[in-house]
Amino acid sequence: MFHWLEKHPFFFAVGVFVTIAFAGLIEIVPNFAQASRPVIGTKPVTLLEQAGRDVYIKNSCNACHSQLIRPFKAETDRYGHYSLSGEYAYDRPFLWGSKRTGPDLHRVGNYRTTEWHENHMKDPKSVMPSSIMPAYPWMFTNNADIDTAYATQLTNAQFFGVPYNKPVPMKDGTTTVVKMANSLADAHKMALEEAKEITAKMKDQDVKDAVARGEIPEIVALIAYLNSLK
Amino acid sequence: MENRPLEYDYTVAKMFMLTTIVLGIVGMTIGVFIAFELAFPGLNTVLGSGLAEYTNFSRLRPLHTDSVAFGFTVSGIFATWFYVGQRVLKVSMAESKFLMFIGKLQFWLYVIGVAAAVVTLFMGYTTSKEYAEFEWPIDIAIVIVWVLWGVSIFGLIGIRREKSLYISIWYYIATFLGVAMLYLFNNMEIPTMLATSAAGETNIGDWFHSISMYAGTNDALVQWWYGHNAVAFVFTVPIIAMIYYFLPKESGQAIYSYKLSLLSFWGLMFVYLWAGGHHLLYSTVPDWMQTMGSIFSVILILPSWGSAINMLLTMKGEWQQVAASPLIKFMVLASTFYMFSTLEGPIQAIKSVNAIAHFTDWIVGHVHDGTLGWVGFMIIAALYHMAPRVFKRELYSKSLMAAQFWIQTLGIVLYFTSMWIAGITQGMMWRAHDEFGNLAYSFMDTVDVLHPYYALRGTGGLLYLIGFFMFAYNIYKTMSSRPVEESELQNASPMGA
Repeated sequence: MFHWLEKHPFFFAVGVFVTIAFAGLIEIVPNFAQASRPVIGTKPVTLLEQAGRDVYIKNSCNACHSQLIRPFKAETDRYGHYSLSGEYAYDRPFLWGSKRTGPDLHRVGNYRTTEWHENHMKDPKSVMPSSIMPAYPWMFTNNADIDTAYATQLTNAQFFGVPYNKPVPMKDGTTTVVKMANSLADAHKMALEEAKEITAKMKDQDVKDAVARGEIPEIVALIAYLNSLK
Repeated sequence: MENRPLEYDYTVAKMFMLTTIVLGIVGMTIGVFIAFELAFPGLNTVLGSGLAEYTNFSRLRPLHTDSVAFGFTVSGIFATWFYVGQRVLKVSMAESKFLMFIGKLQFWLYVIGVAAAVVTLFMGYTTSKEYAEFEWPIDIAIVIVWVLWGVSIFGLIGIRREKSLYISIWYYIATFLGVAMLYLFNNMEIPTMLATSAAGETNIGDWFHSISMYAGTNDALVQWWYGHNAVAFVFTVPIIAMIYYFLPKESGQAIYSYKLSLLSFWGLMFVYLWAGGHHLLYSTVPDWMQTMGSIFSVILILPSWGSAINMLLTMKGEWQQVAASPLIKFMVLASTFYMFSTLEGPIQAIKSVNAIAHFTDWIVGHVHDGTLGWVGFMIIAALYHMAPRVFKRELYSKSLMAAQFWIQTLGIVLYFTSMWIAGITQGMMWRAHDEFGNLAYSFMDTVDVLHPYYALRGTGGLLYLIGFFMFAYNIYKTMSSRPVEESELQNASPMGA
């Protein structure tokens, strides 16, 4: 059979394709629907958090930080409850990472504050004296891309049924609604409201001034996102 | 006329040889730079804080991985295809104007795609998925380049004189099909500009931006099915295609066993695709998939070692050639590193080992003994073998090549030993508890301890890069300062002192 295949390239190629496609079908397909169901308490990100998530991706934070707590005592001691599949139901793309040059961030919102992040992103050594993380000064001057974050929210709602403007069940039995704007102008207004809550706790005067002018520096969005990781 | 050997046309092969060397230099230089950034973080702002955004580790890391994988390695795959393909199918590119045109088109589109990828990655456009960072417009360009390559492969096969496909051709076909399938499915994404707001606004935000079709755990599963098998079909399968052609050719020895090559090929095709789950051990993907990933990773030793042993035994009775020729040295060490990393990988895929190894530098070390030792050495050897034939000139310097071999080998050894120690040290420190059951070390403690290993790793990388510059120089001098030979060369490549 193999001799015959070697003289018939078409059937050879078909044979190879079937052999390699097989594993993917069996491993990936059966669990697809189940793995995309959210656990109770998981809600979609707000507009500013989405913009912050985009900043996180733009700067490849995931190259050094994981968002996946494995079920070991050492990990739950260090980072909190181990990660559950349903918590990632709205994560497009997933941001588990593959290397911990820095610590895991899946629940960083539980133990770090806005003030800490501000100091840390401006100069990591000011809070972690021997840190090897670079400083991110441009995040204090570049503005976050609210338009694209809004388009991302819309895409999530329209193509993937992410429940914006709908009640989402929470752990205490209540429901909560994550609002999404109706228009771009509305979106900017909403993002700015969120940004003001963050900057109230920040000390960088330039950032405060920018938000007062109606701009949103990347750092504000990023901190909103990091605070949401719980 | 009838009895003369065929003349082959190496125009496209030469073009891709150039990008192999140029993109190799770019990717490895960035790699060495970011390696030293981890040891000496001050380098992050080496061009001043105004440009720090573009010299920062996080911005450069995807540039490094993508330029060595899709620049250096893929160029090497194309360059060798446009050389090997003609020769084993016994047909010249010059015989088909169409295939020549497609080959050149493929090259220029590839160059444009690479330029676009470099610029957008610097700007921070990334999907965040490893080795699939490119945004959708570049993905489309990549698909077109890949389809053109498919046209070349099957076009050349269509007009072949030698009816039986040589082993290398099997592997090139598998590379084409495997990458096509993986890349398409992993990069399913929706451009966000397609959405419409309730107020009827369209084309909102950045047109380059997209989001993945899959969410969370599914996205991870598809990504690592891709990520692991991209390693299979970019760093393994086409490199085996190369060694099956270049080692017998350079040494004048026939392949040791045809049956072993059959077993290894079909075994590799079947087993490799299952192993992706080993990137997700102890994650939130179902247990049975993790276990499958583990088991199949261990089984993967069989077909991998099958190929490697077949190569080593091809040298049976001719080991004096390893001592005499630096070119044979490169290939023998390449298959040895292939054996080494295909044993190391399965060990790391065992669940209890993975619990320590995952997220640490040991994984980085593993990748690099495969890529530097196996992929890098084999592509370097292939280009050294091709150069005297495509330029019809004797290789410039054998002693330079030998020096390069030893410098790069030392570089690899420094690289993986330092990363072993770093990875296992950090993995053990993360999980250490003191006598009261509290964590023994803060995260910062586990970073502090890595400094000497990071410095050593950077040095290893630097040695490899220096060797690569020697390689580029040797090829350049071959092209420019050697007299033209009269006839096609057989077997061992002629080399100047």
